[in-house]
Amino acid sequence: MDFKFEGKAKTVSIALMVIGIVGLLVGLFTSGGDTHLNQRFWANLLVNGFFFTAIALGALFFYALQYAAEVGWSAYVKRMFEAMFVGYLPIGLGVILIVLIAGQAHVHHLYHWMDSTLYCEYVIEADGHAHCAEATETGAVLNTNYDEIIANKSAYFSPLFYWGRTFVYLAVFLIFARLFRKWSLEEDKEASIERHFKVHRRSALFLVFFAVFSSTLAWDWIMSIDTHWFSTLFGWYLFSGMWVGAMIFALVSILYLRTKGYFQDLTQSHVHDLAKWMFAISMLWAYLWFSQFMLIWYSDIPEEVTYFTQRFFTEYKTPFILMFFINFAIPFYVMISRDAKRNPYFIIPTGLLIFVGHFVDTYLLVIPGTMFDHNHFGLLEVGMFIMFLGLFIFSVFRALSKAPLVPKNHPFLQESKDFHI
Amino acid sequence: MYDDDDVLMRAAETLVAKGLKVKEVYSPFPLHGLDPIIGVKRTRLAIAAFMYATGGTCLALLGMWYFMIHDWPMNIGGKPSFSLIENLPAFIPVTFEFSVLCGAHGMAITYFLRNGTLPGMPATNPDPRTTDHMFVMEITTDENHSNSADEIEGMLKDTPLVELSIKDYE
Repeated sequence: MDFKFEGKAKTVSIALMVIGIVGLLVGLFTSGGDTHLNQRFWANLLVNGFFFTAIALGALFFYALQYAAEVGWSAYVKRMFEAMFVGYLPIGLGVILIVLIAGQAHVHHLYHWMDSTLYCEYVIEADGHAHCAEATETGAVLNTNYDEIIANKSAYFSPLFYWGRTFVYLAVFLIFARLFRKWSLEEDKEASIERHFKVHRRSALFLVFFAVFSSTLAWDWIMSIDTHWFSTLFGWYLFSGMWVGAMIFALVSILYLRTKGYFQDLTQSHVHDLAKWMFAISMLWAYLWFSQFMLIWYSDIPEEVTYFTQRFFTEYKTPFILMFFINFAIPFYVMISRDAKRNPYFIIPTGLLIFVGHFVDTYLLVIPGTMFDHNHFGLLEVGMFIMFLGLFIFSVFRALSKAPLVPKNHPFLQESKDFHI
Repeated sequence: MYDDDDVLMRAAETLVAKGLKVKEVYSPFPLHGLDPIIGVKRTRLAIAAFMYATGGTCLALLGMWYFMIHDWPMNIGGKPSFSLIENLPAFIPVTFEFSVLCGAHGMAITYFLRNGTLPGMPATNPDPRTTDHMFVMEITTDENHSNSADEIEGMLKDTPLVELSIKDYE
């Protein structure tokens, strides 16, 4: 049965967008006294842009993983993941691109390293502009903006390399998303085991790209906000957050659609396995978060520990600590038993709670390094989150309605329907 | 005795539908989906594992508190706060590993004890071929009073079995 995107689901997602936009605009116009409003707007755009794009990327990764590992059980629900990256990835990557371009155009100052005056030790002032110079040149003066740590990273942050990388990520993600969708729709028309193995090989290739790019995009888009700071496992930490977000959204949507009469062949075993993913990846996330924290806390080196002092000894302390315990302890103790993983009344509240928990995680990745102690949390933040949530649900469900909900001719389809654990 | 797991499962289904109680099935590998058919109760091993692991967590924290803070306070890496809570992040890896150790060993030993399969114990399976390629279903007259031995034999012969052995345990 094909999914029809209409009725309550459509109304709710559009209503969320409208409420979100109204909230955002009211938030913008009532914050006239906030001198950091511009920065605050862009920082929140990055938070939401990244959070929802990450979910779509997590879905793309999971989809490729299913093909690369020749997974049978998930064939029945694969269209859900497909809709997530087909529907939202182009929009989400567009939002991130807008934030990055605006940064390069100095509309906002999220990325401190985009300030080109940081890189030269000596400058010559001429015609109202300062340009780099050798110390021996006449008229050269010490540059007061010079930042040695950032200047040492100039090769990595050179505009050509940075923008080249960014466009390669966008191109690779969008091309693979398009191709996976194309092959999936072709399979519906005509069964072909050769095509299945082609998708299998291309998925493995995609995972190689994704392994590198998920780390580097985390450095480029998020870690570079705290330009002086670095953490080598940052990419995996963000990646585990992407993945768990994708699993939560897919699982909750599938359970919702089941109550609406779709996915009627979905067994308790499917629900159990999807919930297991949600449980397991929450643990992976907590493991990586804690590994990063513990090593930095233990060694207590000033250049590393700044990241946590910015979050532990400021107004961000409560949400930062609370977020970790919610995202770790709640799924651990609630979802550990087999019965809980098969019961929607446990899965959905836990899923929604840690979904919000991971939003707070993303919020605290960006905000302390961009807003410092000038931050406010108000209608603007809530409105923008609701708007993006509505947009995400709308675009994903619309993409879901454009293809049969259950794939035809997938070689593992029968195995998936008979799935039993 | 059956030579295929699917055949055995279908046979078990028909026998149970006729009101027989299957005492035990011996198989070289786990048969998914068999437990509900022959009425095996859900294992409580997972609950035991959770308790072992929680015990491990407590024991590890208690041990480290005693060794590192109470009995002989240690100053390692410039963190001489001598408080379990303030030094907790440093103790988490050990606590985690010890919980896993206790959970895994406790679970394995419980499993062996419960099944009577500790090293050196006599084998309980009726036929050594069940460790290799055959599947045996065990049905006793003790548990099936409503049917006579001959009726049970007849029902069993209706299923596609490859061998039937009748033993008198009295």
